[in-house]
Amino acid sequence: MIKVENLSKRYTSVFAVDNISFHVPGGEILGFLGPNGAGKSTTMKIITCFMPATSGSVSVGGFDVFNDSIKARRIIGYLPENVPLYTDMRVNEYLLFRSKIKDVPRRERKSKIGECLDLCGIVNVQDQIIGTLSKGYRQRVGLADALVHDPKVLILDEPTIGLDPNQIRQVRGIIKNLGEKRTVLLSTHILPEVEMLCNRVIIINKGKIAAEDTPANLLDIVTASSNLSLEIKGDSKKVEEVLKTIDDVEYVSNRITAKRDLQKEKILPNTSGKDEVNTFDIECKKGVDAREKIFNAMVQNKFIILEMKKRAASLEDIFYHITTKEEGVR
Amino acid sequence: MTKVPAMFRRELNAYFLSPIAYIVIAVFLIYTGFFFSTSLFENKVVTLKFSVMYIQFILPFLVPVITMRLFSEESKSGTLETLMTAPISDFEVVMGKFFAAFGLYAVMILSTLIYVVFLHWVGNPDYGSIITSYIGLLLMGSVYIAVGILTSAVTKNQIISAVIGIVGLVFLLIIGFVHYIVGEGFFSECLKYIGTFDHWEAFTKGLVDSRDVIYYITLTVLLLFITIRVVESRKWR
Repeated sequence: MIKVENLSKRYTSVFAVDNISFHVPGGEILGFLGPNGAGKSTTMKIITCFMPATSGSVSVGGFDVFNDSIKARRIIGYLPENVPLYTDMRVNEYLLFRSKIKDVPRRERKSKIGECLDLCGIVNVQDQIIGTLSKGYRQRVGLADALVHDPKVLILDEPTIGLDPNQIRQVRGIIKNLGEKRTVLLSTHILPEVEMLCNRVIIINKGKIAAEDTPANLLDIVTASSNLSLEIKGDSKKVEEVLKTIDDVEYVSNRITAKRDLQKEKILPNTSGKDEVNTFDIECKKGVDAREKIFNAMVQNKFIILEMKKRAASLEDIFYHITTKEEGVR
Repeated sequence: MTKVPAMFRRELNAYFLSPIAYIVIAVFLIYTGFFFSTSLFENKVVTLKFSVMYIQFILPFLVPVITMRLFSEESKSGTLETLMTAPISDFEVVMGKFFAAFGLYAVMILSTLIYVVFLHWVGNPDYGSIITSYIGLLLMGSVYIAVGILTSAVTKNQIISAVIGIVGLVFLLIIGFVHYIVGEGFFSECLKYIGTFDHWEAFTKGLVDSRDVIYYITLTVLLLFITIRVVESRKWR
């Protein structure tokens, strides 16, 4: 449905998007993941025909976005990043105007707008002026606008940013439903969102594709080398030495420095020696679970484990792993 | 072409939802009303000529205020992105916005018809020259609006858009007077032709000269064409 080939976009001297290619088949929800300034929005602006590419080609539903722009735009529903709306219009007026310029046949306009209002949960604010609506409602008005012409392809640029948790859940629910019939390209920097919604993820960094996989596989990359966080009662130096002797442990760091500062300023009680409690961050070797060995070692040395948990993989972790791994290959 | 009416209605509504339309019309009516009342009550002449004569000196200041928001506001608030990613051509957007500004302008100009009613009441004015004056005003307005829409398309800042528009229109007006200073000659003839002033005078006398009509229409079309190109230019910049 969406075909991006060797796409590059240069702003004066920097490449915002640097030679990326990917393909989204019909009916897929593709997540576009990356930190701020990675080139997500730029790519989306090019796909939606707002901006031209410096080089490369993009086609949506078989229409080239540059040469067959109007035809491509007819099948795209786009929600830009900060949801620009005409703040002086009422919600239903706005959607009526949008449906007119998006070629919705006159007879279907009313029912289509009604459907979208209903789907996005904004029936109760349809007579309000958009400028008076809260961020969450505006987001949903923007989504309703993206849907009003029943597009085959939906391009959503950070659709849940700035919403409260309840609204995020609602918007995700809407997207999940939409994804059953449509092709969706979704950008975000929230990892759980990708896990929940997407069939496939593209991670983009500094304008290049850093990885492309299913969300589950990407998480595996990180959890394969499990990071642990341990809270242990005992003399910090001895504990650290013992931990380092465990052969599955690759790297140990103690969060003590911050704590010592606090003790100096007498915010925390000074407990050195036996009753000292320290938190250690441990990086294990890839593919091994060191928890059992750590437990045994601690028991042998009579240190008490107060807490041991796997650190949940965050986008930063995935990111760190993928970018460093890539550089290692070269 | 099919989406021009939708665009036109949205933009015209936007004008009347903001105070700008009312302020501009109020200023315009105070200005023209002053010249109308002095010519009627002090000079005791039953004519619209004087109030119409002086209109051209306020229009360069009022029209850019009307047009400044057309593109600047949209590119500043980001709505240009939603607008231009909808299946609507740049041509339709520019034309819709142009006709909306022209609609507001026409409302403003035609509100002076109340003066004609007064004239009819107190005497017997020359209706021929009144009609041609209005034709002339509408034609001149279309050029002014086209200049304003162009300056709005080049900047995100409404104030800058208005200032460039005012400077441009005042320039277009005063180059028509240059021949009084530098004397007759080929150069000042050219400037006289380019300036809006020379083409305007005939209308107030009751003449519709095809040269003047063609001048206004071609200039409008040319400026709108440039505007469309400027709006398109985001695609090749």
